[in-house]
Amino acid sequence: MKILVFAEHREGQLRKIAFENITLAKKLGQPFEVAVIGAEVQEIAEQLGKYGVEKVVFYKSGKLDKYSADGYAKILADAVQKQGADVLLMGATSTGKDLAPRVSAILNAAMATDCTQVDIEDDNLKIIRPMYAGKVHATIRLTSPIKIVTVRPNVYSAAEAPATAAVDTVEPQVTDFKTVVKEIISGAKGKLDVTEADIIVSGGRGMKGPENWPMIEELASLFGAANGASRAAVDAGWRPHDEQVGQTGKTVSPTLYIAIGISGAIQHLAGMSSSKYIVAINKDADAPIFKFADYGIAADLFEVVPRMIEELKAEKGM
Amino acid sequence: MNIAVCVKQVPDTEARIKLSDDKKNVNEDEIKFILNPYDEFAVEEALTLQEKHGGDVTIISLGSERTTSAMRSALAMGANKAIHIKAEKNPADPLVVAEALTQVLKQGNYDLILMGKQAIDDDHTQVPSILAEKLDMPAVTVVIKLDINGDQIVAEREVDGAHEIVECKMPTIISAQRGLNEPRYASLKGIMKAKKVQMEEIDVQLNQDRLEIIGLNYPPEKSPGKIIGESADAVPELLKLLHEEAKVI
Ligand SMILES: Cc1cc2nc3c(=O)[nH]c(=O)nc-3n(C[C@H](O)[C@H](O)[C@H](O)COP(=O)(O)OP(=O)(O)OC[C@H]3O[C@@H](n4cnc5c(N)ncnc54)[C@H](O)[C@@H]3O)c2cc1C
Repeated sequence: MKILVFAEHREGQLRKIAFENITLAKKLGQPFEVAVIGAEVQEIAEQLGKYGVEKVVFYKSGKLDKYSADGYAKILADAVQKQGADVLLMGATSTGKDLAPRVSAILNAAMATDCTQVDIEDDNLKIIRPMYAGKVHATIRLTSPIKIVTVRPNVYSAAEAPATAAVDTVEPQVTDFKTVVKEIISGAKGKLDVTEADIIVSGGRGMKGPENWPMIEELASLFGAANGASRAAVDAGWRPHDEQVGQTGKTVSPTLYIAIGISGAIQHLAGMSSSKYIVAINKDADAPIFKFADYGIAADLFEVVPRMIEELKAEKGM
Repeated sequence: MNIAVCVKQVPDTEARIKLSDDKKNVNEDEIKFILNPYDEFAVEEALTLQEKHGGDVTIISLGSERTTSAMRSALAMGANKAIHIKAEKNPADPLVVAEALTQVLKQGNYDLILMGKQAIDDDHTQVPSILAEKLDMPAVTVVIKLDINGDQIVAEREVDGAHEIVECKMPTIISAQRGLNEPRYASLKGIMKAKKVQMEEIDVQLNQDRLEIIGLNYPPEKSPGKIIGESADAVPELLKLLHEEAKVI
């Protein structure tokens, strides 16, 4: 079984999920190669070598400076065949979720989305993926000759394993794209997305209004965390939709999830209950979130959060 | 403008999902089924476009008999046609679903094919992108804003930490994300009208699943929660636990 890891980058910087999937490929103990697609990508050999990659093919063309779903899909489908892979590993990121099913259609390859565990059993992949936003975990098997798996970010942690990576740069044939990205509107600079964060600090309706969010942002920055929100906070227009965690928002698996002024509705729990540790701060000791919280403080968040900020600053000598 | 909206019936987001005894299926006995929430945005967008440009809005869904109630919900919002692709149950494999939809979509002459960005039961997020390749059409997924000018489409899509503005030409596939619009409620008149729409029924030969579910499980049980304090004075204890017990900070 030969694996091809698609190493995703954002504006030329390789993303963490690429290293996570390389670590997964190594763990599966199968031969693997890496494919990179783009115009300019920084330090491919150095960065991938650090995680144990020996062979990379860089599909490079000036025409690939902006993402095109159909354009990238053709190149990646070709890469799977040229590099002779049986399994394509990608990240369950926005790009991965957009691109992988197209490759699946082109190669007639079955595909599993947003997987949280991948093992080998009886010469095939044994995959676990959440369904119903995590209310159920399905164990599945793909039976097509080529198989595609997108892995949820943050589930496998990238482990360094230095090797020397040989990068083979090829210029793929690029035909006219059907879809073209004209512009990328970045969120706040350097903003960490909830799906990629190790720690998430989320606020809900209990925050009372957007004017109180600086407190959440300060706490998040002290933890090096991403900001999340409940749907109530998003619907009220206090926070952007891309911060929403839950069944109709993002599903996250950080090591630490801090829920502040969030009651713990089933739709919210669905998106975050697979977090390793959950902290809840809510003034209602009967709030359902406490049933899921490893550590809870049943008190007014307007007293607890400033105290947390104060203590953390003291720890850091700030 | 001729618009198709592909929809799926799914369990209500409130539903507790219980597994069948053999742990291969979900026990549907106590589940209330609804129109997939993301599909509501797709229906709404189709109806707004219809109001502006005229034409038909055709609801298409694959599934068993119960699926028709989700289709009626979409019709009650104002869609005027419906095609039910009959199947005993929803295939486990999204490729199979997309292959069946492809056959049906090819028969119609649609300028726009809309659907939700994902169905909230299987969460595969695959069908719109597969259809794009099978139908050889452009597709923009996870769309929060859609502008149409002649046959030119400008769509804004949500990606991790940013938005992309994507251009393409019709016919196009669009998958809808929350934020695209505010779905209307069905009026009483709409509900009455929906009952009278004659649904076209289609039998298709479904391909073999290449994604097989071996078993379903509940997520690992979390240990019962613990309230460590009832005032801000519990904060030092909390941080100590995070440092020393959980070792996460
Ligand atoms: C189809 C559908 C999809 C949905 N999808 C999602 C989803 O993806 N994500 C999501 O989050 N929700 C989702 N919901 C909504 C969900 O049902 C809840 O309404 C929502 O999660 C509630 O948000 P909340 O916990 O912030 O607000 P509330 O439930 O109002 O809770 C606020 C909490 O703050 C506490 N509080 C108030 N003041 C203070 C204070 N001073 N100090 C401490 N605590 C305080 C209160 O005790 C309360 O527990 C969905 C609903 C539907 C119908």
